[in-house]
Amino acid sequence: MSVAGYVLAACLGGVGAVAGLAGMLGHAWSAHVGWLVPLGGLELQMDRLAGCFVAIVGITSIPVSIYAGGYAGRDRRGVAAYLVFVASMLLVPLAANTMTFAIAWELMSLASYLLVVQHRGAAAAHAGWVYAVMTHAGLGCLLAGMLLLGAWTGSARFVDWTAAAPALDAASRSLAWGLLAAGFLAKAGAIPLHVWLPLAHPAAPSHVSALMSGVMIKLGLYGLVRASFGWLGTGPAWWGTALLLLGVVAAVGGVLYALADRDLKRLLAYSSIENVGIILIGLGAAVAFRATGADALALLALTAALCHADNHAAFKSLLFMAAGSVLHATGTRDLESLGGLVKRMPWTAAGFFVGSAAIAGLPPLNGFVSEWLTFQALLQNVQLRIPGLNLVFTLAVAALALTGGLAIACFVKAYGIGFLALPRSEAAAAAHEAPLSMRVAMMLGAGACVALGLGATAVVDALGAVAAAVVPAATPIVSGDWLTLHVSGGFASMSTAQLAVVLAGALLVPLAVLTLAGARPAARRYETWGCGRLLQTPRMEYTATAFANPFTRVFDFVYRPVKQLDIEAHPESRFFVRRIAYANPTRFIVDEWVYRPVDRALRAVTQRAAAIQSGSPNLYLAYLLAVLLLLLVLA
Amino acid sequence: MTAVVVGGILQVAAVAAGAPLLVGTLRHLKARLVGRRGPAPWQPYRDLAKLFGKTPVVSTTTSWIFRATPYVLFATMLAGALATPVLSSRPPLGFAGIVLLMYLFLAGTFFLTLAGLDAGSAFGGMGSSREAAVAALAEPTVILAVLALSLRANTTNLGGVVERLSGDPLLAANPAHLLAFSAFFIVMLAETGRLPVDNPATHLELTMIHEAMVLEYSGRHLALVEWASGMKLLLFLTLLANLFFPWGVPAVLAPLPLLLGVIVLLAKLAVLTVAIAVLETSIAKLRLFRVPELLAGSFALALLSVTAVFLLR
Amino acid sequence: MFRQLRVALRAGVVTEPPAGPDEVERLGVELAREVRARFGRSLHIRQVDAGSCNGCELEIGGLTGPHYDLERFGLHFVASPRHADCLLVTGPVTRNMAEALRHTYEATPDPKIVVAAGDCAGDGGIFRGSYAITGGVAEVVPVDAFIPGCPPSPAALLAGLLDALGRRRG
Repeated sequence: MSVAGYVLAACLGGVGAVAGLAGMLGHAWSAHVGWLVPLGGLELQMDRLAGCFVAIVGITSIPVSIYAGGYAGRDRRGVAAYLVFVASMLLVPLAANTMTFAIAWELMSLASYLLVVQHRGAAAAHAGWVYAVMTHAGLGCLLAGMLLLGAWTGSARFVDWTAAAPALDAASRSLAWGLLAAGFLAKAGAIPLHVWLPLAHPAAPSHVSALMSGVMIKLGLYGLVRASFGWLGTGPAWWGTALLLLGVVAAVGGVLYALADRDLKRLLAYSSIENVGIILIGLGAAVAFRATGADALALLALTAALCHADNHAAFKSLLFMAAGSVLHATGTRDLESLGGLVKRMPWTAAGFFVGSAAIAGLPPLNGFVSEWLTFQALLQNVQLRIPGLNLVFTLAVAALALTGGLAIACFVKAYGIGFLALPRSEAAAAAHEAPLSMRVAMMLGAGACVALGLGATAVVDALGAVAAAVVPAATPIVSGDWLTLHVSGGFASMSTAQLAVVLAGALLVPLAVLTLAGARPAARRYETWGCGRLLQTPRMEYTATAFANPFTRVFDFVYRPVKQLDIEAHPESRFFVRRIAYANPTRFIVDEWVYRPVDRALRAVTQRAAAIQSGSPNLYLAYLLAVLLLLLVLA
Repeated sequence: MTAVVVGGILQVAAVAAGAPLLVGTLRHLKARLVGRRGPAPWQPYRDLAKLFGKTPVVSTTTSWIFRATPYVLFATMLAGALATPVLSSRPPLGFAGIVLLMYLFLAGTFFLTLAGLDAGSAFGGMGSSREAAVAALAEPTVILAVLALSLRANTTNLGGVVERLSGDPLLAANPAHLLAFSAFFIVMLAETGRLPVDNPATHLELTMIHEAMVLEYSGRHLALVEWASGMKLLLFLTLLANLFFPWGVPAVLAPLPLLLGVIVLLAKLAVLTVAIAVLETSIAKLRLFRVPELLAGSFALALLSVTAVFLLR
Repeated sequence: MFRQLRVALRAGVVTEPPAGPDEVERLGVELAREVRARFGRSLHIRQVDAGSCNGCELEIGGLTGPHYDLERFGLHFVASPRHADCLLVTGPVTRNMAEALRHTYEATPDPKIVVAAGDCAGDGGIFRGSYAITGGVAEVVPVDAFIPGCPPSPAALLAGLLDALGRRRG
């Protein structure tokens, strides 16, 4: 029964994929059903940008739905919500007026909310609560921005906004942009609006996490592209600067928290924040370039952002699927109780490995392509002659490089601690490989990561066409033959396909030489060297916390770790220690500096307000009278 | 096409063959500076030849990662050798830029740090964690230092940078250029595991970074890992020599300019090698948690250099 | 920073010259020849302290100093038995260390040699007969050469390594 639901979802994804790819290649259409919803009716519009995101949603949903059939096929709960979730995500990029957009957007949020709270428990309930609050705060901002625009332009249709936007004055455009950006960034999970993300993604079932992280947050970025380039016309440079800086904070902050985390799915969730940051850096660069008239560079930066968005959809959904199958097999997400899975779950381990290598940006996989493009876009800021902006770009270059390095450390930790060496718990030692459907789904995801990397020229060409539709009047600058990408003429070039051939040759030639030279005596197996100790146990292994220790020490101004040492001595003598508990939890600056004060202020205000709520009917009648009198006086 | 293939084979051969000599020369010089006669400069060739003839011992806890890593590491360095302007200004992988090269090195680090964790020994994990930290913190400096160059050359292609900068004879006197050079020199020390970041001659596990990760390797696996790290050192020194002082790098692969270019390159490498040997003899290893300060310092130098380029144009 | 350099440069190379009649040098040259035959002039040594009083370690430490400088012969001390061709074992092999020594032997890749250095490593030395020792390295792992002395001088250590290689070949 529920398997049928997931098959249906996969078919839906397939339809979306075909429609999206067609739209991306220029097959535009629009549909209008006036009677279906009030205030303008249901209105859909397919263009290249919408097609790109519909394709991301559709293509990602196929393996994820196949995976869901194996992962949750016996569980009846959540199938309907899942179907609605996929359908509404396919709808969001197509929406062409405020009402359609709001309905699709809210359906997407509600369906994902239901999926997050599907597994009952305090953690899921808390995650669901935070998610609901944040997503509706975001929706509030979006609606406010859209209604303002609607009021100023006199239309609820997006096409009319695009036409009327240049006539609006700068302050109102910036106000509308700020509101829309806040709403979209809350969905995208940019710091400081990210608090729901590390809670909701781990709490949801893994196929839902895969879609939320891989796809849903991208729709926030889709909205941002629409708002910054389409609806509001060309904005001032500070929009770009703001996005760039937010991107820097999200990229570095996200990867730092991912690095320090020991919960596999939460680590992936933080890493999604990091990748949203990288996309935001590209997007911010595009906005800034466009504002300063460097349209060609804006096109390049936007292509880089779109490219990273689709690459992230590929590897993050793959990683969440693999993490889900680990959870499925061992019942735990805690890295400190995993290990040794590479031998027990070879397919899952292979999937996670490809995903890790891709997200770490290793050539010739897909993550490298988009990070490389982002670098090339940022490095060309020298063409702008605005020292302040140049400095912001330089900062972004450094942040992107740091993020790349830290992401490698983070995924070495995730894979090395989670999958290699000895199992750290009995559950991990008894782990079993995932069922066929899940393995197939993961291999599809891994294949996508490799194909998007090796086929970089085709992918970048297609996405360049999408970006060219958004940044009009720019000559396509991402060009190349079928083998090599050339950026901005001679500025930079790269070829993943040639590199892959060279790497394969460099791998095989030494191997062949060694084999032919007869220098391949079979290796002897013996236990790990431990300075003569007699027994190797998992407790001797490096832990995830230990691995992250150099980083928590170096970046302690971010983590603000607290040292908790709890020693319980024997009652007879304090020299005989019974138990030592040591914890080194990190704190979150955003929580402490932003949400805690807001929370405290809200509580204080409501407590003050509670003073007037005595419960006495007479008092309430008196309030009514007072308000009535006040209104009469004012009238 | 044929010329590119021949050039590629020549260059890979030169880097692979030259790396052990560089390591050996460095050890020899360091021994001389502390009053020892020291091993012959060609000792690493003998070490490698011996290691290839031994039967490796592989830990029972390891997976395919451990066995594949030496080959992958070696392959990334061979590819790196093709992407670096060593013999001529236009490397055989003509499309290669600095971002690609750095990510190739990072790919090697990725595999090596995983292999360190694979055996389940505490030393390996410790080495991996430290190596990952140093590599991550060095990355912004590398990119910024090269950004300073590419701003001037208006390309990030390594070949293009060499070609365009070699036309500027006053380059070496430019303060921004020297700042970028010092920043890159410091990260070179960190990336290749030299003093004061890591002591390549240490025997004490608790002070190790690179060595701790490879404690488990033996026989041909160890040979490949050691060879690859030698090649990494050679490639970094070549980058320092040819990117920052791009004189005498031949533009074409003809016998005579090639010979001249090799002589000039050897001279530049000799200067750098002596500098490293003197540096390593005269300073002590930094405490691990002082290393980030050193790297932050090099980052500041690189940032200053980029800012200077922006302000002085 | 530069003081050390200045001292070193002023002192020059203090290692004994190869042409001299010195015992160390003669042995070293012969040893180098032997090492070349078996290990291609490269022998990496892992030192194992199997309950030694550290007298032998002091002498072994002397080998790496500027005066004896064993690295010039292609010999080198390494940090892991995985990297080693030769185990240089000292001490009477206490019961606590016996298993560790066996593990170290197994952890060393083939081909390999074991050299027992010092009287204790031979037969227990002054600890012979003690309940706490196994009675010499040969009781635990196959020994290729024995270097007598309490402690053996660096010259004797080099001679013993030569002996080991010679016997292995013959």
